[in-house]
Amino acid sequence: MSINLGEFCPPRRLRHPFDTITAGSLHFIALPLSSPPISSSHSLGHPSSMAASLLHVRFTSPSLPSPVLRRSSCRPAATPTRIYAKIREIFMPALSSTMTEGKIVSWVKSEGDRLAKGESVVVVESDKADMDVETFYDGFLAAIMVEEGGVAPVGSAIALLAESEDEIPLAKSQASSSPSSPAIAPVADSPAPSEAPTPPPSQTAPPPRASSASASLSAHPASEGGQRIVATPFAKKLAKELKVELAAVTGTGPQGRIVAKDVEAAAASGSTVPREPKTVAETGAAKVPTSPIIQLGTVVPFTTMQGAVSKNMVESLSVPTFRVGYTITTNALDELYKKIKSKGVTMTALLAKATSMALIKHPVVNSSCRDGKSFTYNSSINIAVAVAIDGGLITPVLQDADKVDIYSLSRKWKELVDKARAKQLQPHEYNTGTFTLSNLGMFGVDRFDAILPPGTGAIMAVGASQPTVVASKDGRIGLKNQMQVNVTADHRVIYGADLAAFLQTLAQIIENPKDLTM
Amino acid sequence: MAASISLSLSLSPASTPRSGPAAARLGAAFRSSSLSFCGLRREVLSLRSVGSADSRRMIADLARHRAAKIVAAAENNGKPAKFDYDLIIIGAGVGGHGAALHAVEKGLKTAIIEGDIVGGTCVNRGCVPSKALLAVSGRMREFQDEHHLKALGLQVASPGYDRQSVADHANNLASKIRSNLTNSLKSLGVDILTGFGTIVGTQKVKYGKVGFPDTEVTAENIIIATGSVPFVPKGIEIDGKTVFTSDHALKLEWVPDWIAIVGSGYIGLEFSDVYTALGSEVTFVEALDQLMPGFDPEISKLAQRVLINPRKIDYHTGVFATKITPAKDGKPVLIELIDAKTKEPKDTLEVDAAMIATGRAPFTKGLGLENINVATVRGFVPVDEHMQVTDADGNLVPHLFCIGDANGKLMLAHAASAQGISVVEQICGNDNVLNHLSIPAACFTHPEISMVGLTEPQAREKAENGGFPISVAKTSFKANTKALAENEGEGIAKLIYRPDTGEILGVHIIGLHAADLIHEASNAIALGTRLQDIKFAVHAHPTLSEVLDELFKSAKVNSGVMSSVNEPVAV
Repeated sequence: MSINLGEFCPPRRLRHPFDTITAGSLHFIALPLSSPPISSSHSLGHPSSMAASLLHVRFTSPSLPSPVLRRSSCRPAATPTRIYAKIREIFMPALSSTMTEGKIVSWVKSEGDRLAKGESVVVVESDKADMDVETFYDGFLAAIMVEEGGVAPVGSAIALLAESEDEIPLAKSQASSSPSSPAIAPVADSPAPSEAPTPPPSQTAPPPRASSASASLSAHPASEGGQRIVATPFAKKLAKELKVELAAVTGTGPQGRIVAKDVEAAAASGSTVPREPKTVAETGAAKVPTSPIIQLGTVVPFTTMQGAVSKNMVESLSVPTFRVGYTITTNALDELYKKIKSKGVTMTALLAKATSMALIKHPVVNSSCRDGKSFTYNSSINIAVAVAIDGGLITPVLQDADKVDIYSLSRKWKELVDKARAKQLQPHEYNTGTFTLSNLGMFGVDRFDAILPPGTGAIMAVGASQPTVVASKDGRIGLKNQMQVNVTADHRVIYGADLAAFLQTLAQIIENPKDLTM
Repeated sequence: MAASISLSLSLSPASTPRSGPAAARLGAAFRSSSLSFCGLRREVLSLRSVGSADSRRMIADLARHRAAKIVAAAENNGKPAKFDYDLIIIGAGVGGHGAALHAVEKGLKTAIIEGDIVGGTCVNRGCVPSKALLAVSGRMREFQDEHHLKALGLQVASPGYDRQSVADHANNLASKIRSNLTNSLKSLGVDILTGFGTIVGTQKVKYGKVGFPDTEVTAENIIIATGSVPFVPKGIEIDGKTVFTSDHALKLEWVPDWIAIVGSGYIGLEFSDVYTALGSEVTFVEALDQLMPGFDPEISKLAQRVLINPRKIDYHTGVFATKITPAKDGKPVLIELIDAKTKEPKDTLEVDAAMIATGRAPFTKGLGLENINVATVRGFVPVDEHMQVTDADGNLVPHLFCIGDANGKLMLAHAASAQGISVVEQICGNDNVLNHLSIPAACFTHPEISMVGLTEPQAREKAENGGFPISVAKTSFKANTKALAENEGEGIAKLIYRPDTGEILGVHIIGLHAADLIHEASNAIALGTRLQDIKFAVHAHPTLSEVLDELFKSAKVNSGVMSSVNEPVAV
């Protein structure tokens, strides 16, 4: 609602807030909470003396000009102001007599915007209604102290208004130190210790939606060769909400348009480009995680990434998955690794290579089902590897892992890890995976299962390789290094026998790994 | 012709005759204060006029107070068979139907000509089937609103719908209402003449189906009620599948993933409600700078916050869709947008479907208006305030009236019906000018929007010109017990009024059941009830109607004396 007070009625004297009650005629049946009706008198040419007199204002300095904000109704509103030099505080107005706190529905203006007298600045929800709050003064919205969705008690500062642009920095510093800043403050990031701990890689966060490797960055077949971005209304809304750059999202909708789930997938992986990337976990490079400083008993709202992860996780429930496990002997692989480690080959690359070679023989395991009616045999084998980062997870993708030799693949992997550290991963480097690997072996985890990322066909959870006493068929007992893998797959397209055959192939490759270096 | 009788409303015995329009204007001005006397004064008048009025009129006049049918019979017996009918109505939509019913009640021998199916746009391709779809979308919304359900303690598992059944519901409703309408006409003895009606001359109409010989009939009076069709701007190619109008959309042959709706008036808004509830994403294309341009600005602002922003809807404002190409050969629907002001190309949309809701155009072609020297204005039939048709020279065409969308005064089904009733009154000799400001309008989104009278900007302009003050009062659904019980506290009611007289100038509501709530306000405007009087009316507690009760009570009327004293009063 935007109700004009009439600019002729600046508040002139201090009134008790309860004066406002007299303005409304309460119907006797009305419950205590029922609002005094909001009424405004815009008598054209007749300054509304009633409204003027009913406005109540709190001054810290009576000689200074009156409130920054008026609620745009003649219903008396508390629109008081405290004056710090030429910086004024914008207060949570009292929109009704029963209102004790108000919720910010939306900021009509953003920080740094110029405000003209009479313009709506913020929409406040009281216990009764949503009201536009307008400014009395020209100036600049210097600092917003209560974000959208935040709640502030009546009379507490919700923003600062600077008279000139030069004063914005001053106001900002004031906002951060202001004692009257509201109850809802953003959860402060705990400063990262310089010796960054490595959080464990977790397989549960969604690696990106798989899409064909040929999909190049922001190529929309429907949009003149990627000249324009074609995204549906909901996708655009989500992108704004999740702070995803649409230009960097690969659309998978009809004619290549960007649909909501593309944005969610991009947010789940894209926004995880770490602010201060910690060491990316690699096989054999496990470090002991240290707990960050956490305030116990606090309720922490999801970050946008956590929100996106949560959404994706819930979405994964709509896919009927099943799991098949296999125990693989790794003595030969370990031998090989020892031999070529000096040439820069990593275990991650070896596992990715082995997996991709197994996938060549079982294309169905590398397929994906998106609409529940059909499925796609992906043209490339792109192995996404889940990597934990501070507060989340990212899945750098080893593209065409089946075609690239093990040394190049290892170099590529190093490059991806470095890029992730430097926040330079491009979208196609983290959201084009067709099969995902998740490895918790470095923590001594011997087996676990993974949640299938929506939009892909399968994910493999790799446990630690451990010396195990085994009985062989010829009746002897021996010691072998064994590792358990467990594949989660979409049973709409991948059946038990498919996975079993794939795992058998994979075991053969790993147990006889000479092909890996060819 | 009706002028002398019309004065029954206002004159003292010694008054001088006035022209019809003048009396009407006067009537409109103080209708409120004088209307309650109508019945009585008319009766006195009709007795007084025995000497001068012809017997038919007197009988017709009496008919109001007697059983219509008996009098009608008597009338037909005594009348020379000069015309086939007393009244012929061209078009059996809601306007024609309303007029026919009232004409029968008044004892007129009535026929209705319909070239298509009875019920017209409203029943077959408009208000009626769309309400069926909206009933579905409203429930879908409730079932999908987890937050809302949780607050009520309800658990609903994965709601879904069957498109064909939804479509059938709309279709069945239309058929049912259509047969109700047809039966009511038949049972009252209205002749339904099938074919397209064309005026061949004064008081003469021919009708017939294509390829068959026409039949010519005569009537003392003729009402044109041919309605309207969806308006499709040029450059837009309608294929009925991927680019369509409300006519096709109501059949709900498919639910596109992404649909662009061109025009954000109430038709577009209602369909956005339906489509988003059924899972589509919607893009609005609006030529004006603001969505929902017809609504009170404050209401449209809140509507945007409630009906647009939280839904899967985006919009382009200030743009024209100059070219829309239906989907074919695997290509999507293409919509070319240009800036409404600079005419520069602005954007191209690629969507699955486009619905054209840019308004409606009068359906007046082939009516034979040229035979009687009537020129349409942008297709609309020009009429005076009595809905009597005016010809190209600005003169009234005797015995010819036009109601509803075809005259373009207020394109609403119930407005057409009200105009029809007004015309029948006029024909029967009772001066009657419909107060269009008392006709409510509603948009059946969830929540609904309704309005009557002036918007705030219109009222301010009128106040400025008229030199009177206006005030605005508002109440919120958040304070209403019933609304809170339903957990539907979103919404406001807004009253624009004259604080000096207590006259209601406009009421606008957005909120739960707003469309049903508006009638208290529209009746008050129609009857001229003042705020100082209506605020004493009692409302059941707890009901949504208390939103309006609060609204009326919150108005501050300054006059200590009965304001009506300041107005001309008929004595």
